[in-house]
Amino acid sequence: MTGTQLLEREAPEALEHLEAIAARIRSHVVDMCAGPEGGHLGGAFSCADVLTALYFSVLNVDPERPEDPDRDRFLLSKGHAAVGLYATLAERGFFPVAELAGYGRPGSRLMGHPVRAVPGVELPTGSLGHGLALACGFALANRYAGRGARSFVLLGDGELQEGSVWEAAIAAASLRLDRLVAIVDRNGLQLTGATEGIAPMEPLAERWSSFGWAVRDVDGHDPAALAHHLGAAPWEPGKPSVLIARTVKGHGLPFLAGRSSSHYVTLSPRNHARALSALRRPEVLG
Amino acid sequence: MSRATREAYRDTLLPLLGRHPELMCLDSDTGLFGADHVAEAGEQYLNIGIAEQNLMGVAAGMAACGRVPFVNTMAAFAASRALEAIKIDIAYNRLPVRIMATHGGLAAGHLGPTHQALEDLAVMRVLPGMTVVVPADAAATEAFVEQSVDLPGPLYVRLGRKPTPPLPDGPPPVIGQAQTLRHGDDVVLVACGPYPVLACLAAADALAADGVQACVLNMHTLRPLDTATLAAAARPTRLVVTLEEHWRSGGLGGAVAEALAETEPVRVLRLGVPDTFVGEVGNQEHLVRHYDLTAERVAGAVRTALHTAARSVTPDHDKELIS
Repeated sequence: MTGTQLLEREAPEALEHLEAIAARIRSHVVDMCAGPEGGHLGGAFSCADVLTALYFSVLNVDPERPEDPDRDRFLLSKGHAAVGLYATLAERGFFPVAELAGYGRPGSRLMGHPVRAVPGVELPTGSLGHGLALACGFALANRYAGRGARSFVLLGDGELQEGSVWEAAIAAASLRLDRLVAIVDRNGLQLTGATEGIAPMEPLAERWSSFGWAVRDVDGHDPAALAHHLGAAPWEPGKPSVLIARTVKGHGLPFLAGRSSSHYVTLSPRNHARALSALRRPEVLG
Repeated sequence: MSRATREAYRDTLLPLLGRHPELMCLDSDTGLFGADHVAEAGEQYLNIGIAEQNLMGVAAGMAACGRVPFVNTMAAFAASRALEAIKIDIAYNRLPVRIMATHGGLAAGHLGPTHQALEDLAVMRVLPGMTVVVPADAAATEAFVEQSVDLPGPLYVRLGRKPTPPLPDGPPPVIGQAQTLRHGDDVVLVACGPYPVLACLAAADALAADGVQACVLNMHTLRPLDTATLAAAARPTRLVVTLEEHWRSGGLGGAVAEALAETEPVRVLRLGVPDTFVGEVGNQEHLVRHYDLTAERVAGAVRTALHTAARSVTPDHDKELIS
């Protein structure tokens, strides 16, 4: 049974709802990447459906009470996808959508990598390989405090080349942090090319599994499936969970999808218009 | 009685854990906490493995959720290997993580340069908001660990490995306040850490026999530096000499020189480990003597410098001193 079927059975209106939100998030990202500094469009697009599923279906967070100690916590370990996170947090109500227009402009708090000054950002990220250890700390603290809250962290697949990720993977399993959920944005591309050409990471599921994690592998552009699986974690008692989300860098933009050139983009006025047009016409989605 | 500062830390922390449920002790398999200590600490102690970057990240994550983690590692691994995690995860967020770094300076002895930390003070004291302290004996360590419970922001504490001698009795030191161990208007001797502070006290005695009155400051806190006490001591003198178990760049000498250059027309001589990696076997006392971090060196440097200043020339041996 696909994620769509699963979610339709639970909440018939949810699928359309999530897809509409993801489209709005992508359209904000496109606008930001047409600004003076551009942005990491490709990786923000690949994880837009994951962010949508998290913030609009899975996470127990409340923009009115961002410091609620019982909240679920999320970290964007692949911090370069900040534009995607900013768009998601704004859509979720952590700050006004209008503020996104300041991204990349002098004086804005919306830096190129997430900073704590932005409501909803738990901790700053951007240097790769930090998020999983921090999320382990969240999970441990919640356990010690007797809180049932879950800790989520989104990793890039290129980021898995950082050794510190695997230090944290070992610790999470040995500490039996089953309220910890990692998601790998498996788009297969990093700055200069294919991850498998630069530093092969397959068999990825087996690697995580051998480190003691419960592993699931899903279509990372199926918000309903993402919401279903993330909502159901922990999948195995005593084990942290990792969802390998199969995605496409620059998903939905015919002239950028699946290309490493989508990694960092400053959209010209013409390409900005092309991108917005593609987003409005789902039949041409790549 | 001689006592290791790292053991003083451990023995001070254990009862504090019982009184402060928010405290945690996160270990990286250093072996400092034995089975009995672990049992005493209960669930407030965790050995999370030989992974110092992860150690700092986990501590930061816990601190962001209201815990106050003490993390155990060696100074060399904190200052170099885990530095980025300390900078970004801990210092950037001003989180109250206490980095308890053993084997500081030459304390690793025969274990060699991989385990010695002669750069740690330089890198830690440039991190915004980081408090950096170097207790000179076990009693000071106890005082600092107790004071650290309520200290805002991150803290780096440089500890030793094997027993080192106690300083003469005096009032307990306070983080952020330099201790004036001797008063004098002819020269200021500034030191941190067990052997350098003792060497400066002995040098002051030797100089007194020559009629030179030396002020001795135990500058146990490098950041925030007690610039008021430092400047007041330096003002009547022509010379300040610093001594530390650290490469000559960037540590205590660097901190003192930076501060005085902005306010006082005084000469600063920085004595420390020369610009080299330790090349021979030796325990801490041997290496301290080998690199001439001694009372004789300090007294000799003062005599030469005061003599030079009086004659207003720069003899060859003075050039060597500052090379």
